[in-house]
Amino acid sequence: MSMAQHWRMVLGATTLWVAGNAVSADLKDLYFREAVYYSHQGEYFEALERLDAELAQHHRLDEPELDTLYPHIGEAEFSVGDFELRYRMHHRAGRAIRAVLEGDVEEEVRNDAAFRLARIHFQKDQPEEALHALNRISGRIPEPIRADVEFLRANVYMALDRPGDAIEVLAGLRDAENLEGFSEYNLGIALLYDGRQQEAIAQLDKAGQVKARDPGTQAIRDKSNLLLGTLLFESADFDKSQRSLDRVRLEGPFSNQALLRAGWADASADNYERALVPWTLLTKRQATDAAVQEAMLALPYAYSKLNVHGRAAVLYGEAVKAFSDELAKVDASIGSIREGKFLEALVREEIRQNKDWVIRLRSLPETPETYYLMSLMASHDFQTALQNYLDLEDLRKKLVSWESSFDAFEDIIRLRREYYEPLLPEIDSHFRKLDAQIRLRLEQREHLQQRLQQMLVAPRPDFLATAEERFQTLRIADIDSRLQADGRPDDDPLRLRATRLRGVLLWNLETDYHARLTETYKHLYALNEVIDEMQSRYDAFVRARQAAMHSYVGYEIPIQRLRMRVSNGLQRLNLLMARQGHLLETVAINELKNRRQRLEMYRNEARYAFADSYDRAAKAQASAEHDTAQRTDEEQG
Amino acid sequence: MTRCNAIRVFEPERPWARKPLGVIWAVAICLCGGFLSDSIAAQDLSREQMKGLDEQVQEIKSDVLSIAAELNGLEERLLYPSNTQVAVFVSLDRAEDARLDAVQIAIDGAPVAHHIYSFKELEALQEGGVQRIYTGNISTGNHDIDISVIGKLSNGEDFSANASFSFTKGVEPKLVDVTLADLRAGSTGIRLGEW
Repeated sequence: MSMAQHWRMVLGATTLWVAGNAVSADLKDLYFREAVYYSHQGEYFEALERLDAELAQHHRLDEPELDTLYPHIGEAEFSVGDFELRYRMHHRAGRAIRAVLEGDVEEEVRNDAAFRLARIHFQKDQPEEALHALNRISGRIPEPIRADVEFLRANVYMALDRPGDAIEVLAGLRDAENLEGFSEYNLGIALLYDGRQQEAIAQLDKAGQVKARDPGTQAIRDKSNLLLGTLLFESADFDKSQRSLDRVRLEGPFSNQALLRAGWADASADNYERALVPWTLLTKRQATDAAVQEAMLALPYAYSKLNVHGRAAVLYGEAVKAFSDELAKVDASIGSIREGKFLEALVREEIRQNKDWVIRLRSLPETPETYYLMSLMASHDFQTALQNYLDLEDLRKKLVSWESSFDAFEDIIRLRREYYEPLLPEIDSHFRKLDAQIRLRLEQREHLQQRLQQMLVAPRPDFLATAEERFQTLRIADIDSRLQADGRPDDDPLRLRATRLRGVLLWNLETDYHARLTETYKHLYALNEVIDEMQSRYDAFVRARQAAMHSYVGYEIPIQRLRMRVSNGLQRLNLLMARQGHLLETVAINELKNRRQRLEMYRNEARYAFADSYDRAAKAQASAEHDTAQRTDEEQG
Repeated sequence: MTRCNAIRVFEPERPWARKPLGVIWAVAICLCGGFLSDSIAAQDLSREQMKGLDEQVQEIKSDVLSIAAELNGLEERLLYPSNTQVAVFVSLDRAEDARLDAVQIAIDGAPVAHHIYSFKELEALQEGGVQRIYTGNISTGNHDIDISVIGKLSNGEDFSANASFSFTKGVEPKLVDVTLADLRAGSTGIRLGEW
């Protein structure tokens, strides 16, 4: 494996981000905040579902600036990328982040996006593209990611086999608080790769003495000391190696390796008595650990070097038994995985509720397959594959539940159709009659309004005559025409009377005109209120009528299409899940086979050494007995 | 006896890995620290396969998201048409440090939602998230909503508060936001926002 490959493999061990997804305090859009609610619980599918829908709706609006999402649209689009990334949808996340990068956003947001994009490339083993994305960062960088940007740059340089450049970047990160221990350690590694061994040793010595409280920094400090101890050990500087290894905490994740190394440092300096201390301690630990297993051989080896062959033989005998037990355990694990129990255990809901579920899995008595898989299960590739498997299982559950809901939908539609279809024709017929009446009244009202409008320009008092007045006018005209027909002259008293009466009516109409016009307008307004009420009832009826129709019409094709999509999706998913599961099982079995091979080798060595020690012990005893007998003879003789 | 393989501890570290992975991280360090067994080669072989499957998993996630979007649209049209739709959301003021245990909602006297909060849900609310506690159907016009809240104050005392509000449902979907702002203050700490 090349250095770069090795480097990428190690660095790609996580897909999770530092950056949080807190939202602005003034975010008003309820659907966006609902997405945030899900994302904070790690339910990224639901978060994406909500936010995608909200964004799609926002983009369909005629006046998006009136929408509550409008002021936060950039933030929402950024969050989509973030959720996709957390949901391990790198392709879509990359697209979303690129869209932010190319959009009209503030410098800090653009730089943050470039940083995220760089990380995606880096995790996808594309260090050149990662560097290209990092080179797009310019100007103001958000404070929380400032050091992370440079740290990533250093890692990218290392992945590109450019340790010299990485050294330059890491040298500037020594004071970064959130990288305490990590930047020092990585600088040591970079120096090592650059062939500057002495400087690397000095740097790792510093990294091995950083003051640390949080478990992460303490672990990296342990790791620095372990590496330093190993380097010094290989340079045959056993004393310094020992001092460095002694700094590794006894309870940390590197404790077993450090104890093993410490023993070897002593043994290499021919100080076997001192080597007994760490190795004895180590042999009392969890027997599945590779370092513990090696110590089971190393401890009797030390005793044999001290010529305590009897004790060595006993310990070798114990080691043979322990290795046989472990081999049986590994065989049981392989069998269990082949029976599919490993995958069954992985998807158990109650286990996954706990964030340390991988660790808990190990403690389950019915999952022996996990005893030897802790290292494997912590590796990036396995974690990704495992997470994918779990995601597929979640998706499968969703699809299965959706598939069953289609029947319920169809039931609802059938019941609604059965209820509405007999009712609607009668309702529609009644409505048509009412509708005709309503239209007529509306036309009348419209006509009245037009007349009144015209009267404002050209007054027509006769239009405002009451029915009585109109009747009287007609009667007077009739009387007058009859008088005229009788041949009465214009000055006939009766005709004059009729003219006077007509004058009175005209007078009233003319003098009351404005008051009547005002009154008519008042009536029109009163009518408007009634018309509005009628219109709203009319609209409500139309909506209810439409809703009734929409409650059972037009669903067949969408449901059919969705049913087919869900069914196809489920088929594809089951196939993919089987392949993913098979791959996980194969990798796990391969890992166990490797461990098995090593255990067998250890057992053979232990058996051979046991026989050898036993012989030596027997010879020593015989020799001792012979010496004792000789001395007795001499004394007696 | 042969000594173990030379330890390879020549990889840089990434501090960001420690935050989300918890205990697994510690094991990961072991792994990254060069204590990889001989299985590295085997893992390398399956790596390409894993990557290939990863691409397919991403595709299927995308497909299922698109199905979910279509299904949600259908479900909303079928079960919660806009002219009768009402949705009630619950949010927590960011400054609120009381522990919310449960919320109960009744509309026009009929209980429609009751939720007991888990720690994760509470944390999500405190981070600015909003929970859609109820989606249902009501007629247009005026309605009453009653909200009951129980929980524990930061000093350990139990609290409970009730508040009633009126709101008007129009022909468009009605969104009601129940904000719990100051739970010490009792019913006055419960606010109603309408959209």
